[in-house]
Amino acid sequence: MNEILNLLTGLAVGLNLLALGTSRLRLLIRAVAAQGVLLGLLPLLLEHGAMDWQLVFITIATVAGKGFIIPTLLHRAMRTANIARELEPFIGYISSLLLGAAATIAAVVIAQHLPLFPEHVGSLLVPGAIALILTGFILLIGRTKAISQVCGYLILENGIYLFGLLLIHATPMLVEFGILLDVTVGIFIIGIIVDRIQRAFDSLDTRKLTALHE
Amino acid sequence: MEVLDILARLLVWLVLAPLLPGIINKVKAWVACRQGPPVLQLYFDLARLWSKGVVMSTMASPGFLIAPAVAWVAVVAAAMLMPLGRAGCIFSFDGDVLLLVYLLALARFSTAWGAMETGSAFEGMGAAREVSFAVLAEIGIITAILTLALESGSISLASMFTPPPGPGAALLAVGLFIILLAENCRVPFDDPNTHLELTMIHEVMVLDHSGPPFALILHGAAVKMMLFSALLVQAVLPLAHMPLGLSLAAMAGGIVLVVVAVGLVESLTARLAFRRVPLLLTIGFLFCLFPLLLTWMEGVL
Repeated sequence: MNEILNLLTGLAVGLNLLALGTSRLRLLIRAVAAQGVLLGLLPLLLEHGAMDWQLVFITIATVAGKGFIIPTLLHRAMRTANIARELEPFIGYISSLLLGAAATIAAVVIAQHLPLFPEHVGSLLVPGAIALILTGFILLIGRTKAISQVCGYLILENGIYLFGLLLIHATPMLVEFGILLDVTVGIFIIGIIVDRIQRAFDSLDTRKLTALHE
Repeated sequence: MEVLDILARLLVWLVLAPLLPGIINKVKAWVACRQGPPVLQLYFDLARLWSKGVVMSTMASPGFLIAPAVAWVAVVAAAMLMPLGRAGCIFSFDGDVLLLVYLLALARFSTAWGAMETGSAFEGMGAAREVSFAVLAEIGIITAILTLALESGSISLASMFTPPPGPGAALLAVGLFIILLAENCRVPFDDPNTHLELTMIHEVMVLDHSGPPFALILHGAAVKMMLFSALLVQAVLPLAHMPLGLSLAAMAGGIVLVVVAVGLVESLTARLAFRRVPLLLTIGFLFCLFPLLLTWMEGVL
């Protein structure tokens, strides 16, 4: 069971690098969606086959929310804004890939120095979570288009979710749902904002949003 | 006896290597529904080139003739260090893997040197391209070798290929395949068929060579292809632990599989735009880096 868990986490970390290396927004959104689905499946594995309806419900809600609803909203925002590529990122694709790899290595090193429970030592959960959070930061900092930054934010959120899985027994279900709802509504609002930015500035470049105008 | 053994092993490398480009061309022809050149075409080409004279530029020094010979000797010497499954390698000593890396670099240097000898700006451009991509490809090879060394605890090629099965081996296979394509100047990095200025790297460098030196270049390229295929197969399959016959059969099958894959990639994908090549090479490097990370994690835990 632990091996499948590590494999899924490893795949999620691999999707990080795909997200960092691509200039196509469509692929970026798909990568984030696939990552959401992979991580949504993890609670089922963590429970070692003991199914209870709450867990199944959380899994379905997470997979549906992160894998389908949020990507659909983002795709729609992308289409209305009429952009398909991130052309001039602050941090180039090669540099962000190398930064992402460095972040992953750093995550592994950091995780080895954290005082973890013995049952979490062999698993990739903690390094994976740190790697996802750092990748989210790199995307947030390095990209100029609002949609790529949202994807960075989603990867960051995925990392926090992965970290939260360590506490799966301690967190009430209400909290999980609250977070999921917040994220979905947030993306919904960002979709609308993206449309407004596009209409007001004819571009989604957030660099143009740094100065105030009358 | 010793000498005979070495000669026989060397002959295996020298005689079998020109088969590989033939197989690639056959696969490409098969995908395109053509008949294609015979698999043995490169042997005919080599024989033809060997009997021809050399045309030399008035600018060129004797280095123009020496450089391809040096490159060929370096590649063949590198091949002598590479084991073939249980059959082992011709020469082996502790740390020979470093020599392999440097021999490949020497071969590349000589090819670039030969290209510059012609005094043509065009060939200088090809040499510049080749060398700048090689910098990125070499990082990948060195990382892959580091992974294998860490897995086996040995820095001798004869005993370092003991890959444990798992995700690490799969990642390493992808990374080494990308590097193989770049090092051997295949699509999507370089197009071995074209003679267009914008689409070639290696072809530019050897454009002015003719006769026996050109035969050496072509044969050296084939040996290099076989060298990298052997490296890839052994980095994934633990051939050293199999019985001799099975190991050799798996080796041959693996090399043919790699070559067919190269042919398929060549038929089904287009050349990458120039500015995107470093990105793909970086991805190849990362595919080699992550197995290193995995191995290191297993060692620490």
